[in-house]
Amino acid sequence: MSNTFLELEELALVEKPEKKKPLGPLFWICVGWIVLNIFGAIFANVLPLQNPLFQDYGTINAGPSLHHLFGTDDIGRDIFSRIVFGSRVSITVGFGSMVIGFGIGAPLGMLAAFRRGRFDTIVTTFMYILLAFPAIIATIAVLSFWTPRSVFKIILVIGLASVPLVYRVIRTATLSVATKDYVVAAKVQGATDRRILMKELLPNIAPIGISFLLIGVATVIALEGTLAFLGLSVVVPTPSWGNMINESRTVLQQNPWLAIFPSLALCFFLLSLNFIGDRLRSHFDVTEVKL
Amino acid sequence: MLRYVIRRILMLIGIIFVISIGSFFLIHLLPGNITAVIEGPGASPENQAKLYKLLGLNRPIYEQYFVWINNILHGNLGTSFISQTSVATTIGNALPIDLEMMFLSQILAFAAAIPMAMRSARKPDGIVDRFFSAGSFTMLSVPPFIVVILLVLFVTYKLGIPHTGPSSYVSLRADWIGNLESMALPAITLALGSFVVYFRVLRSDLIATLQEEFITMARSKGISQRRIMWRHAFRPSSVALLGAAGVNIGGLLAGGFVVQYLLNIPGLGYTLITSINTDDYLLVQGIVLVVSVGVVLINFIFDFIINIVDPRISRE
Repeated sequence: MSNTFLELEELALVEKPEKKKPLGPLFWICVGWIVLNIFGAIFANVLPLQNPLFQDYGTINAGPSLHHLFGTDDIGRDIFSRIVFGSRVSITVGFGSMVIGFGIGAPLGMLAAFRRGRFDTIVTTFMYILLAFPAIIATIAVLSFWTPRSVFKIILVIGLASVPLVYRVIRTATLSVATKDYVVAAKVQGATDRRILMKELLPNIAPIGISFLLIGVATVIALEGTLAFLGLSVVVPTPSWGNMINESRTVLQQNPWLAIFPSLALCFFLLSLNFIGDRLRSHFDVTEVKL
Repeated sequence: MLRYVIRRILMLIGIIFVISIGSFFLIHLLPGNITAVIEGPGASPENQAKLYKLLGLNRPIYEQYFVWINNILHGNLGTSFISQTSVATTIGNALPIDLEMMFLSQILAFAAAIPMAMRSARKPDGIVDRFFSAGSFTMLSVPPFIVVILLVLFVTYKLGIPHTGPSSYVSLRADWIGNLESMALPAITLALGSFVVYFRVLRSDLIATLQEEFITMARSKGISQRRIMWRHAFRPSSVALLGAAGVNIGGLLAGGFVVQYLLNIPGLGYTLITSINTDDYLLVQGIVLVVSVGVVLINFIFDFIINIVDPRISRE
């Protein structure tokens, strides 16, 4: 896992709460941008885009023009349409692996923080040992040995690698809520564990969960780019942002557009995700309830 | 303190044990007949016998682990069947390059982050602080491979500085000025990534520390701003910074992979990627093991440094 994942999490715990600001227009612009990207990824087939694999040898390494909005690459493929199609891999891997990570890590973390006792001790110790294992190296290692590679395997490996981190964040967040008066009150009233977990705890840790999820998606998308560079992501010629940037290296001098546009697409997407995550976190003032 | 140290060392041993098991099982993820996959289709009986001896393949799996770990503890990581060189030698040649890269990048990152964080913390939400904070937040979203490509585009192709582009690595022994030139881009790239983290962590800690009473006390005694920052505020604020540095330096070993690969700098990362591409599995396994243990050791060392800076931690 790229390291920023850890650091961001640490920042989330360290940073002092700032004044509660309104979400602001920039927040909604970022949300709009993410929605637009996801829309493009889902409907890429239906949208009036050129075939991302069509090679037009008449116009190679062309700069941006009306016909090719972002220009063409070294074998005449339309860069704009490759970016839209490439977002599919990035977005699927990003959200898919976080679904796995949260699907396993979040319930475990909530349960451990709620039950405490031996269950908590065992799971937490186990997770801390896993956390010490450098996740990005584990990911690279497993993917390089586990051939043939596919998007599903990438999602599975990154998703599992993120479980300990998700566990730690959710456990800490739950711990800070589990001792609040209203939870105790619910217990006294004889509410079932399931009810307390779903109705009292879950809504209160959801904000930090969601903001951490978005930052996690951003981290994983950057990681997919890294894997693409190492030749461990999807097989060419399927476009992904990472492997487009990787392919651009050989013609960097002749056609810098080929590097610049996918890089911009990637950075804006990550920036939006990070910004939304960060704003949500400070908006819900999670650090105030920290242990 | 002693009890704390003993507990940490036991934990360290446990983690390294888990890492060794993880690295050991990597080989078993390979599809099909292991010897055929590792040595390629033209495996000679002699080589096959070697591999059987190294990995103990004909024995039950738990015994295989002991054969393997015994070899490793004796410094025998196997011999690559692709390049016919010992894995330990290959790693020994590549590691110093990683260390140099890490060292340079950390010096740059701290040299920039500490003064800038202090400047920012002096007037939180002032113009300078807003500018630095927005800039560092944006940088969080720019992955290192993009930084490298942009740097190559501008520094190598536009400015034409020698030894900075891909495939222009100069070894330290051959020419140290050339070596520094060729290390500049990777060091700057990694430094940028570290800088962002250090700046943000130190800034928010300094802001918190500066509101404490002993700072007000120091101010009322008329101590200069500079002295307050360096002598009074910096040390109590540096714990989180060191924590971040420990995690970050460990991550650099891994994050440096792409940077090395893009610029053809023959460190561990570059070697790892080429060995993945040539299916040199023993080398991959060796590097994974060495790097993982290295990362864990670095985190361990930083825990100690943090304890020296803030002894309250081990007393908890």
